[in-house]
Amino acid sequence: MAFDYAPAPESRAVVDLASSYGLFIGGEFVDGSGSSFKSISPATEEVLAEVAEATEADADKAVAAARRAYARTWSTMPGSERAKYLYRIARIIQERSRELAVLESLDNGKPIREARDVDVPLVAAYFFYYAGWADKLEYAAPSWQPDGSRGSAPAPLGVAAQVIPWNFPLLMLAWKVAPALACGNTVVLKPAETTALTALFFGEICQQADLPPGVVNIITGAGETGRALVAHPDVDKVAFTGSTEVGKEIARAVAGTKKSLTLELGGKAANIVFDDAPIDQAVEGVVNGIFFNQGHVCCAGSRLLVQESVFDDVMTRLKRRMKTLRVGDPLDKNTDVGAINSPQQLAKIQELTAVGEAEGAQRWSAPCDLPDRGYWFAPTVFTEVSQAHRIAREEIFGPVLSVLTFRTPAEAVEKANNTPFGLSAGVWTDKGSLILWMANQLRAGVVWANTFNQFDPTSPFGGYKESGYGREGGRHGLEAYLAH
Amino acid sequence: MPTKSSASGQRLDVRKTYKLYIGGAFPRSESGRSYAVHDAKGQFWANAAQASRKDARDAVAAARKAFGSWSGRTAYNRGQVVYRVAELLEGRRDQFVEEVQRGEGVGKRQAQAGVSASIDRLVWYAGWADKLAQVVGSSNPVAGPYFDFSVPEPTGVVAVVAPQQSSLLGLVSVVAPVIVTGNTCVVVASQTRPTPAVALAEVLATSDVPGGVVNLLTGSAAEVAPWLASHMDVNAIDLTGVNDSGLRTELQAAAADNLKRVFLGPAAEPDWSAGPGTARMRAFLEIKTVWHPIGI
Repeated sequence: MAFDYAPAPESRAVVDLASSYGLFIGGEFVDGSGSSFKSISPATEEVLAEVAEATEADADKAVAAARRAYARTWSTMPGSERAKYLYRIARIIQERSRELAVLESLDNGKPIREARDVDVPLVAAYFFYYAGWADKLEYAAPSWQPDGSRGSAPAPLGVAAQVIPWNFPLLMLAWKVAPALACGNTVVLKPAETTALTALFFGEICQQADLPPGVVNIITGAGETGRALVAHPDVDKVAFTGSTEVGKEIARAVAGTKKSLTLELGGKAANIVFDDAPIDQAVEGVVNGIFFNQGHVCCAGSRLLVQESVFDDVMTRLKRRMKTLRVGDPLDKNTDVGAINSPQQLAKIQELTAVGEAEGAQRWSAPCDLPDRGYWFAPTVFTEVSQAHRIAREEIFGPVLSVLTFRTPAEAVEKANNTPFGLSAGVWTDKGSLILWMANQLRAGVVWANTFNQFDPTSPFGGYKESGYGREGGRHGLEAYLAH
Repeated sequence: MPTKSSASGQRLDVRKTYKLYIGGAFPRSESGRSYAVHDAKGQFWANAAQASRKDARDAVAAARKAFGSWSGRTAYNRGQVVYRVAELLEGRRDQFVEEVQRGEGVGKRQAQAGVSASIDRLVWYAGWADKLAQVVGSSNPVAGPYFDFSVPEPTGVVAVVAPQQSSLLGLVSVVAPVIVTGNTCVVVASQTRPTPAVALAEVLATSDVPGGVVNLLTGSAAEVAPWLASHMDVNAIDLTGVNDSGLRTELQAAAADNLKRVFLGPAAEPDWSAGPGTARMRAFLEIKTVWHPIGI
């Protein structure tokens, strides 16, 4: 006898959406000078709101507001006062967490369970963590002083232009805004065009916290808006999270300027399962590694490397587990895999998976009923994948796993590192010395051993090679926003 | 055995052929080119090898080959190897004083001070090998049952455009921080003052620094550096010796092709006798974070 789940929808009544939104500049919501675009729910294709498309003139206004706030208030305010503003923000995020979680799920398509249990709690935690650094910066890195002197806090950089992606809209906002503000910078943030609503909601949180006007400015729009912001001559610092392609474009654009740059870009992480690993735990980790957030994760474990001797066992259990994944309404509290964020992203996933089949890899998708409306892709795994296949080399950024095999630890390392990316990696084994040897050999910024996709404000995160440079989180995350 | 030439009554000295230093060997430029180097008084000194694109690529290949074993050494060992370079430099200080004095046109006392500072700088950096991880690494108190730590690792192959003016102290000050942390490098020496770099290569070749860890090219930075900046197997680039702002921008933009870490250095050549701080080491490090669950 099979039991089925009854629908357990989260109420969206808790979210009070306006029909249109302006830009958040100088502490107020103002009309943009350009056109607007529609923000839709990827699960239903319903229009959630109209959002302003910021122009170059709007970007200029926002940078000017940030510059004024930097010069007049924020950079000269004692760190202890900045800290209290950030603590206030962290508390308001906790107070309004339910609204934020529902809005994030609506706008992004991610399961409410993830928005509620992962994204929003982490957002509050990042603000709480960096709040405490604001009045302790002189302890952040005594080794920075070439003359060996201590005691003075390193200086902020000035106005930071921050461009963030659509996969973790609020969390990426927190990773960018919290350390920048703690260090005494002011910011102009551009959220992704498909997921701007929670960032605009954050503008309202800044108002509730009485944050001085201009310390945080939020301008919405697509690539052109981002380009104008990054290119603005009065910007001191650029921080970008997104694709490697755009990251390279930004690196070229800032060449020859005074702007400092940090980049958190793509990945093609290997998740490596050795034959002595607890297989059920490893399979859970593999599922979490690639199907968490629909695989819209830069550090997703998108290449599964399985030791040959346990390949059959791992694949049997993996498919059995994938069959139990519940794909559908993101607002349903039982949903495991939500909607693909946009039709463009869905098309990209479809294209690459078609290439995977055409190149000879074997495709298997979990049987599941996908809703009629919205953008959906069933959890999918490819076997018989070679390292030359595009699905083994390119970031798919969707719920698609490519499986390869290996015999020896050295071969696993060779295959894992055979990529221009280097963001993350996973290792599953019961042998402690092997874990540490692998952790040593893997050229990746984060190594999860017997776990995957863990994040914490105290823990530095960032890439090697073409996954970008700079770290977010921890004491290291401060370095991106201080002169040193 | 005759030791003096019959004509002048003086012995004719044996001159050195100035070569490149790649993979622990001393090849001429594959291009067969050389260029005249003059001392500070404008007198002809030597014909130095003029490195080509191919030489630069060979040097990158040598640096990549050396990276695995050099970065895999223990920090204690790397520290001793760099310290040994200081020992050898001390033993040949008269030669280096002469090189610096003649090439830079400074007085003997100043040249001596520069060589002393170069030796001391190597000693200073050598000591960092097994200390930097404790200064820039961390144990991270995450909000969950996980052991979580962050350690620095070398970035990989670093291309270095060495300072144009300070031919020994400047050179040592840019090379030591790169290698002591486990990186390997391809260095383009000062174009007009390359002789201390060649002499340093001779010291390195007889030291315990494995071949390929430091590769030294002489020639034109404007010609060679663009190939290094756009090379897809170079992980980082130090533009300290590039003082032309147009070329700096061009190299910085080229470095974006594979997202090299770029260390710009000061716009004009600094006073190298000042304390260096840790910036040059930190510029060529990656922070790796490792998580593991805690439980029974």
